[in-house]
Amino acid sequence: MNIHEYQAKEILRRYGVAVPGGQVAFTPEEAEKIAKEMGGEVFVVKAQIHAGGRGKGGGVKLAKSPAEVRQLAEKMLGMQLVTHQTGPEGKTVHRVLVAAGVDIARELYLGIVLDRAVSKLVIMASTEGGVEIEKVAAETPEKIVKEYIEPEVGMQPFQARRIAFALGLEGAQIKHATKFILALYRAFVDTDASLAEINPLVVTPSGEVLALDAKIGFDDNALYRHPDIAEMRDTNEEDPLEVRASEHHLNYIKLDGNVGCMVNGAGLAMATMDIIKLAGGMPANFLDVGGGANVETVRNGFEIILSDPNVKAVLVNIFGGIVRCDRVANGIIEAAQSIDIKVPMVIRLEGTNAEEARVLLKNSGMNFDVASSLAEAAQKVVALI
Amino acid sequence: MSIIVDEKSRVVVQGITGKEGTFHTTQMLEYGTKVVAGVTPGKGGQKFEGKVPIFNTVQEAVDATKADVSIVFVPPAFAPDAIYEAADAGIKTVVCISEGIPARDMLHVYNYLKNVGTRLIGPNCPGIISPGKCKLGIMPAFIHKQGSVGVISRSGTLTYEAVHQLTEVGLGQTTCIGIGGDPVIGTRYIDCLKLFKEDPETEAVILIGEIGGTAEEEAAAWIKANFNKPVVAFIAGQTAPPGKRMGHAGAIISGGKGTAAEKMAALNAAGITVCDSPAVLGSTVAKVLGR
Repeated sequence: MNIHEYQAKEILRRYGVAVPGGQVAFTPEEAEKIAKEMGGEVFVVKAQIHAGGRGKGGGVKLAKSPAEVRQLAEKMLGMQLVTHQTGPEGKTVHRVLVAAGVDIARELYLGIVLDRAVSKLVIMASTEGGVEIEKVAAETPEKIVKEYIEPEVGMQPFQARRIAFALGLEGAQIKHATKFILALYRAFVDTDASLAEINPLVVTPSGEVLALDAKIGFDDNALYRHPDIAEMRDTNEEDPLEVRASEHHLNYIKLDGNVGCMVNGAGLAMATMDIIKLAGGMPANFLDVGGGANVETVRNGFEIILSDPNVKAVLVNIFGGIVRCDRVANGIIEAAQSIDIKVPMVIRLEGTNAEEARVLLKNSGMNFDVASSLAEAAQKVVALI
Repeated sequence: MSIIVDEKSRVVVQGITGKEGTFHTTQMLEYGTKVVAGVTPGKGGQKFEGKVPIFNTVQEAVDATKADVSIVFVPPAFAPDAIYEAADAGIKTVVCISEGIPARDMLHVYNYLKNVGTRLIGPNCPGIISPGKCKLGIMPAFIHKQGSVGVISRSGTLTYEAVHQLTEVGLGQTTCIGIGGDPVIGTRYIDCLKLFKEDPETEAVILIGEIGGTAEEEAAAWIKANFNKPVVAFIAGQTAPPGKRMGHAGAIISGGKGTAAEKMAALNAAGITVCDSPAVLGSTVAKVLGR
């Protein structure tokens, strides 16, 4: 799960990570009030959407007075912000962060991720702040320093110091950076984060070290023990169909194609998308209905797939293992009878009781096209578009 | 032969009286797996289906029945504890089916097991089967057939698809291992490949990967340097968009890394036969084996 920058900064502040002052505003009036209460000469108004590259898209602006903060917030709230991560349609801005302006001497990068190959957290830092770390990794990998953390020991101060020195920090900056890095690590572990990026991490002329921006993602599997973080979810940032699917505990991801698909199991669902493309079509979605595939999940799945106006045909691919295919077939028939399905449907059921299932589908009186192999199913569904 | 589990494996089921544990224990017993004990704290002294003794702790189960492998069917919040308990009781192979264990917990489990020398398969996996000998998992038994092909996969139903295709073309399997779809798993591709290399009955291996991480690339490099049996591979998620988690916690392209294209290129470069389509896995193995 992802959260907004202002929420990430709230969490970091709790752990003693230095962040500039600021608060979230939902209206221009609130924005002005926050600036007035905060005081100071320079303010930053930052659009809060779950995407990077906001500055280039016009989502980050400087203001010299609370009145100007209000004007900027008026323009930003409700705008469609387009960045390289939002797609051409952009994302609607519903909230802005009003933050204190910061004098910047240097811009650095700091991040934490799980290195899956060694099963350890790795802290990554670079002198190239404000640049995407993937770009630095591709072009100047020597500029990235890494510290691997032993899970049982946790991050040690010497590791944080080593990063600080490697970034060319000196004097009091070292102490500030060490405290910052250790606090960020604690916040990461405590909250079951899966990714944290401080880009840029800035050093002020007076030697302070601050998170000018902050991005944190969380391990969905651990949200059950962080109800406060789970509450930070902003469904405005998600595709409405994906939100609806998650309410039914279905794993659905909307894609750009026109062949809807319903599959049991994540790996088989991806493989089904792939074979649709190989057959000359494009998948409209990823949908894993899980092991059960009963009438209710099948009906919810159909309703979500068919809510996508691009869908011109549907492919159902179920490998019945523990779940019997004849039961799945009955579920499909019952679900199809209860909703109005206007597009052609190809069904491939394989595994336990597959033959009985095919007979049930053929005798159902419904307009199903039954396929016996994965390749045949993909060819049939693509031919129907 | 087979790897990791065989007809001699003595199984203890952790969470034997839960819904999943009950159903799959019955299925495993039907297959002929030697389920010698179950564990459910507080239900010690009872019997499962009147024949398998239930114990309060894994240690008691091991002491009384000489169980040497365990399978874990407990909810994700309690699964790490179950794995630790099995390792502490001296169990050398633990299969964890549970989906949804936080990655932070798995980091600790992974490191602990490495130190005590217990093998973990999973979590978030269908388990392991050596056809005709031992089924330790939730896979449908009837699609399998004893034979000469090893199968390693991060997926569940996609593995069944591959196994079904193998059996259809007349090729049986030595052992099929679902290593799991999470970012932190116990046994990995290379661990399995090392065992298949030493297994004289395994003539070829199917490796099924998916987007996310770099495990397939690491396996490709290892195969190129160390493995001389034919390998046929498929990577799921060629059409998956970046930044989206495709069902499995570990199936995500992040920062442009972990794409199917990169993995397929690495496998190709290592001389591995890579299938574009998941529908030709069985026939491709038959072809490389000249059958």
